[in-house]
Amino acid sequence: MAEQQSDDTALLLSESATRLFGSFDEKDIRAVEQGEWPDAVWAKVQDAGFPLALVSEAAGGFGIASAEAISLLRIAGYHAAPVPLAETMLANRLLSEAGFDVAEGPATVVVAESGAFALAKHGGNWRIEGRAADVPWARHAGTIVLLVEHENKPFVVRLKRGVASIAPAMSFANLPADDVAVDAEIAADDVRPAPANWTPQTLKAAFAALRVSEMAGALARVMEITVGYANERVQFGKPIGKQQAIQQQLAVLAGQAAACGGATDVASAGFDSLDVIAIAAAKVRAGEAASIAAPIAHQVHGAIGFTEEHRLHFFTRRLWGWRDECGSERYWSKMVGQAAMAAGADGLWPFVVSVGAARGA
Amino acid sequence: MMSFFTFPNPPMMPEAEALRGEVRAFLAEELKTMPPHLRAASWSGFDADFSRKMGQRGWIGMTWPKQYGGHERTSLERYVVLEEMLAVGAPVAAHWIADRQSGPLLLRFGTEEQRQTVLPKVAAGELFCCIGMSEPDSGSDLAAVRTRAEPVEGGFRVNGTKLWTTFAHRAHYMLLFCRTSGSPSDRHGGTSQLLVDLKTPGITIRPIADLTGAKHFNEVAFEDVFVPSSALIGEMGNGWHQVTSELAYERSGPERFLSSFVLFAELVRVLREHPSEQATIAVGRLASHFVVLRQLSRGVAWLLQNGQNPAQEAAVVKDLGALVEQEIPDIVRSLVEIEPGSERTAELARTLHYTVLAAPSFSLRGGTREILRGIIARGLGLR
Repeated sequence: MAEQQSDDTALLLSESATRLFGSFDEKDIRAVEQGEWPDAVWAKVQDAGFPLALVSEAAGGFGIASAEAISLLRIAGYHAAPVPLAETMLANRLLSEAGFDVAEGPATVVVAESGAFALAKHGGNWRIEGRAADVPWARHAGTIVLLVEHENKPFVVRLKRGVASIAPAMSFANLPADDVAVDAEIAADDVRPAPANWTPQTLKAAFAALRVSEMAGALARVMEITVGYANERVQFGKPIGKQQAIQQQLAVLAGQAAACGGATDVASAGFDSLDVIAIAAAKVRAGEAASIAAPIAHQVHGAIGFTEEHRLHFFTRRLWGWRDECGSERYWSKMVGQAAMAAGADGLWPFVVSVGAARGA
Repeated sequence: MMSFFTFPNPPMMPEAEALRGEVRAFLAEELKTMPPHLRAASWSGFDADFSRKMGQRGWIGMTWPKQYGGHERTSLERYVVLEEMLAVGAPVAAHWIADRQSGPLLLRFGTEEQRQTVLPKVAAGELFCCIGMSEPDSGSDLAAVRTRAEPVEGGFRVNGTKLWTTFAHRAHYMLLFCRTSGSPSDRHGGTSQLLVDLKTPGITIRPIADLTGAKHFNEVAFEDVFVPSSALIGEMGNGWHQVTSELAYERSGPERFLSSFVLFAELVRVLREHPSEQATIAVGRLASHFVVLRQLSRGVAWLLQNGQNPAQEAAVVKDLGALVEQEIPDIVRSLVEIEPGSERTAELARTLHYTVLAAPSFSLRGGTREILRGIIARGLGLR
């Protein structure tokens, strides 16, 4: 009964996400790429409650499964929604699990190597110092969430607006990805012990899982746009999609889109348990899918797809950016490879089967 | 959000996982003396004794009704048995084809008599089937079939030649796709399927060695072979519809991405002592591919379980799977210097040797890469 209710809620959310993200247009995307904050767009996202999709019902969420919440990001990716939704969803998850109130507005999360930030007790308060580059949407975030190790224990740190100094920069996808530096005293209440299983490593994996979902959405859109173009564009007296050479390429693109979708299912299933290896495998596969698929989309589009005016690059640039964010294929392959080597030749297949086997729990 | 294909996320099944332990214990015992380079043949390895033991365990015809010797288990339980067998390269060829496609075909379209005659023995691991589809002039273009079954008093008179028929020389029955009326120019119309006892007079089976030297496929000639009316599967003239639904079974399983897995495991055995960073990354990448292929492939099994025809999705998985299977030999070559006479790399070298030679078939059998991509393109609305 409760499960049915949660399924219904998930369906409603997904319909409302499709409607809402579908209502944003290229003007909204371009405005953000020019450095504007999409106030009206974000207000609608916030009204819909999406930033709370990954938090428990008690903390103000919808009581839906994490996989359902993460699938909202697939829809966001499909529409290249110009908002920090993944970032705010993850920040709220971590804040609420650590016992903080959820953020009131847009928030972001810093994924940094261990040691990039240092905490020290300072009277009754804390002193925090450190810096990180490429923090998505930091300049617009009312709350920046970090996971910092202190005396070998991880702590969740909440930085309110203005505490950190922020130097704006843009990501590969032309989205805000700022340098964040902090050297400040913060209240005792802004630092709390991290909930079980959260470490800088698992935080990076959790963020990667969300990126994989966004990538699956963007890749599905790339496929749709490209197939549509191949059916419309006439050369040599017929749509280019009637040429077998193009059909074969589009079939490859479709296979990669399917693989990225499968990777999203693997990553989503590993999210609650922070199953680093499952998410790692998913990010590796999603990154490779992006690397194979985006060039095919551009090849099929010809010169028009290489223009700024054409929307294709909103999606292909995100794919190229996201494959590197939160750990590239190289980064996560190494981790999966170490686990596979540890399993050994006779344990290799059991290892493959075990990855993500905790799903659906 | 538009979606061309559907890959559901099947639920975990505790009973299927319990079964996994049983299968692994069985395989550890049965295969303990079989070296990797022989296991590399995977589902091309024919061993009637092994198939009989599988039948005794209840691992053939697992999803079929009990009245036909089946075990009424779920397709995900069957999937567990299949993937465990394939991952270690168990010699499953004898019963494989009947378990995968001939059985389901007869359950769907066969007569009661055909089901009673064939299925219980298949499930027992005692009766083996082969598939009569390809011909000298009909490979990827299956509708160009020329073998003709001419209706005569009490049955059909069959003339023609089938080619590349896997294990026809060891099988008891052939599921023969042929023309019962019209001509090859009629394409899909006028085709039918017959259940043919291979002991019938007039059938000549000639094995053809493949480039590894193994003899698994055959040329099967029919000269005025009389086949009784009771051999007709399903409806006369409905052969195309039946055979294409059979192909979804043929293309859907884990055998479409695990053909080189034994080699992958041997690679890890050799690398494991002192893995370089490059080797670790390459192994991690491959393992990631297998995790996702398995996710997609289980999704296809789930669609089959729910009575859908996942022909498009099966083609996607087979295409992706064959790429990975075929990539593995060169990854091995790039990571390990095979030293002649070295004990350390000897078994890897033998396994690599076999897999290099077998690899071209991975994107031919069960539908060539180009045919599969054509099917996918059709699903995209391009043709």
